[in-house]
Amino acid sequence: MLIAVLSGFIVAALAPWVFRLAGGRTGWVLGLLPAALTVYFATWVPQIAAGDPEVIVYPWIPGLDINMSFLVDGLSLLFALLISLIGTFIVIYAGGYLAGHRDLPRFYVVILAFMASMLGLVLADNLIAMFVFWELTSITSYLLIGFSHEEEKSRKCALQGLLVTVAGGLALLAGLILLATVAGSYEFSEILAGESLGEHSAYGGILLLILLGTFTKSAQVPFHFWLPNAMAAPTPVSAYLHSATMVKAGVYLMARLHPTLGDTNAWLITLGLIGAITMFTGTVMAVRSTEIKRVLAYSTVMALGTLTMLLGIGTEGAIIAMIAFLLAHSLYKGALFLVAGALDHETGTKDITKMGGLARAMPWTMVFASIAALSLAGIPPLFGFVAKELMFEAALGAAWLAPVLTVLAVASAMLVVAIAGIVAIRPFHGPRKATPKEPHEASWAMLLGPIVLGSLGLAFGLVPVLADSLFVQAGVAAVYGEEVDFYLSLWHGINLPLLLSLVSLAGGIFIYLNWDGVRERLARTSVIDRFGMERGYDKAMRGLERLADWQTRVLQNGYMRNYLYTILIATVVLVGYTLFGRYGLAPPLTAVDGLPHELLIAALLVVAAVFVASTHSRLGAVASLGIVGFSVALIYVLFSAPDLGITQVLIETLTVILLVLVLFRLPDFVDFSSTRDRLRDLVVGGLVGLTFFFLVLFAIDVQYFDPISQYFVEESVPGGKGRNIVNVILVDFRALDTLGEIYVLALAAIGVYAMVKLRAEDRH
Amino acid sequence: MEPVLAIVVGVLFAAAIYLILRRSLVKLVIGLILLSNAANLLIFTVSGFTRAAPPLVPEGLEQPVGAVADPLPQALILTAIVISFGVLAFAVVLIHRAYEVVGHDDLDQMKDTDT
Repeated sequence: MLIAVLSGFIVAALAPWVFRLAGGRTGWVLGLLPAALTVYFATWVPQIAAGDPEVIVYPWIPGLDINMSFLVDGLSLLFALLISLIGTFIVIYAGGYLAGHRDLPRFYVVILAFMASMLGLVLADNLIAMFVFWELTSITSYLLIGFSHEEEKSRKCALQGLLVTVAGGLALLAGLILLATVAGSYEFSEILAGESLGEHSAYGGILLLILLGTFTKSAQVPFHFWLPNAMAAPTPVSAYLHSATMVKAGVYLMARLHPTLGDTNAWLITLGLIGAITMFTGTVMAVRSTEIKRVLAYSTVMALGTLTMLLGIGTEGAIIAMIAFLLAHSLYKGALFLVAGALDHETGTKDITKMGGLARAMPWTMVFASIAALSLAGIPPLFGFVAKELMFEAALGAAWLAPVLTVLAVASAMLVVAIAGIVAIRPFHGPRKATPKEPHEASWAMLLGPIVLGSLGLAFGLVPVLADSLFVQAGVAAVYGEEVDFYLSLWHGINLPLLLSLVSLAGGIFIYLNWDGVRERLARTSVIDRFGMERGYDKAMRGLERLADWQTRVLQNGYMRNYLYTILIATVVLVGYTLFGRYGLAPPLTAVDGLPHELLIAALLVVAAVFVASTHSRLGAVASLGIVGFSVALIYVLFSAPDLGITQVLIETLTVILLVLVLFRLPDFVDFSSTRDRLRDLVVGGLVGLTFFFLVLFAIDVQYFDPISQYFVEESVPGGKGRNIVNVILVDFRALDTLGEIYVLALAAIGVYAMVKLRAEDRH
Repeated sequence: MEPVLAIVVGVLFAAAIYLILRRSLVKLVIGLILLSNAANLLIFTVSGFTRAAPPLVPEGLEQPVGAVADPLPQALILTAIVISFGVLAFAVVLIHRAYEVVGHDDLDQMKDTDT
């Protein structure tokens, strides 16, 4: 299992070399990987369909309870199969769609990495592992939306998608940690086996945070605006990430946690209502767009809303409908997107109003577009019909929300029928229109996906028991939390859902026939509602930029003393607060037992230091600096530190020589600052001095731990074979520190040399 | 003796900070030198004073006789003295170079990244 998930990353890394060898056939070669994965996951189907989920654990960071564990059950397996199956056609399709594109190898790298991340996301049993894959899908999605990175629009859309999903991801992480803390485990399998958390006091927080993550990822209102913009990506990406797989990650997670979080009114209202609103918004937006990919993108928003709504309703029937709808949607939407790409690729335009009469030029494309669109519209005998009937039934059975949800569901279904007509009838029939490119039938690489996916939709529709026994039963069991006894069928007899279907079909056909008028009216009226969220996003982004600009100007103003003030005042306040808080203002004053010559040196130091700071003469400053240095050396010698004394004298001499040599090439002391500045700096300096004065007084008496010095003293001769203990510490006990010091000095020397050398070269 | 040295440390810090806050590059460097002296003296004072008992082991013995001064702070300070000289040498050459390029030793004139 680990290999199955990670193989995508490995092959992604190798993709550029494969491309070098296989050239134009790379799509077919790399398509072998997802194809093999599909077969591998298919071998799991019998076990899972028999109702026997399995957890596979690989230790990852055992110390933190983070395992690379995988949970294979009906839900994750269904997703894994869809991901690898559709992935196969996407990789092959891209070979045709992007043939000759300069960055094709890069495309393969990212799309394979995405596929692996997505597989990891749906299969992971550990919350943290799931989250890592979750973020990986956001990042790969960003790279893919911004694939044409030379275009500003594409970069902007990519960033928008990234910011929205990653901001949600942040909330999700908090939610997952909260969930794990409350449930006592980081493993889905254990959390799901435990009790429902509906009564827990932290339930509201968990729900809110996790839903923020899933709603942004799955483009629910009000975060839906990033998804249509993500259509800036090449079509195979839109088909794969932004309709069939990644955007369903949020739905997946909600479905996954349904048994644990799904039995409250809060869940029902939030998911049910927001899902229904998203569903309706998506269809309205789709009908008022003319670009084929945008129409499909908004219809994806509709589908995501439907899935969320069904999860919110949460009854047996709703969950059955949700799994069936998930399967149906992935199949027909994948196919339709690939058809849209083929149309764009062959005609050179994405605008549906500019296409017409393409059926003769692209007969196969037309046939499979129609099959997929019939499924989208929910017309028998396609699988989409089965799903739609179940959806109506679920909406009707939704506790007290039923009236609202049913109305929205029927209205949406009507618009969906129109959408199906818009994408599958309009471009192919009617009078032939001139397109930028002379259309031809798409290549096999580009037809394979629509053919297989469309046919699967037809097969599952004709023989629903196939889908039922293989995937839906097990999926429903995983989401509902227990086995549910049911069977899918095409014909339910004449009942209310069928009636609603007929109503929506009739309404949809009517809307389709009057599409041009409807579209224009919609375009005029709902501008505000369309730009509402996006405008908010733009405003937030501009605000962020202004904030960054403002705080940079305040904090990074380029005046060195302002940085220093920050550091110094922080030091004074923090150190002063600690000292005052612990000891009050009464330092333990010991009697002054200084000998006369010691006191004299101390006095000399004070005078010399004050003189350095106040003199106007460079020579005077350097000379009294020398006095300070040598006086310090004397103190070292007087108080039993001969080595320090020697070193200090040596260094002090060198310093004075260096200063004399260099500083006198610099201009004279000039008084730049006003008296007010000087006073201010005097106060700051004085405060720092005072702080350190108190620090020394207090620190003398503080001893938190036994010093390790005794060990050095005792071991100096036996262990270090040296009689000067300080030297033994430097070259033996702490030899590595000294080595580090040597490196620092060497670096400084190189720096000095380079600067001197640079100047010499400048002169030439 | 420690309280007296505490005053000295305080004065050294105050003088060093005052100089570092000046706009002249030369004063900045002089402040740096004072600052490192102040810091070294702080460590030395805090570790406590011992008169006439350097941390040396007499010839022929395994251990020093009686209590000796703490060798650890001394080792630290020795390292610090040498490092601060390295920093100083680098800083001096750097400001000299900066002065040549910018033509000014006023720090307030050096707040842009372009020259």
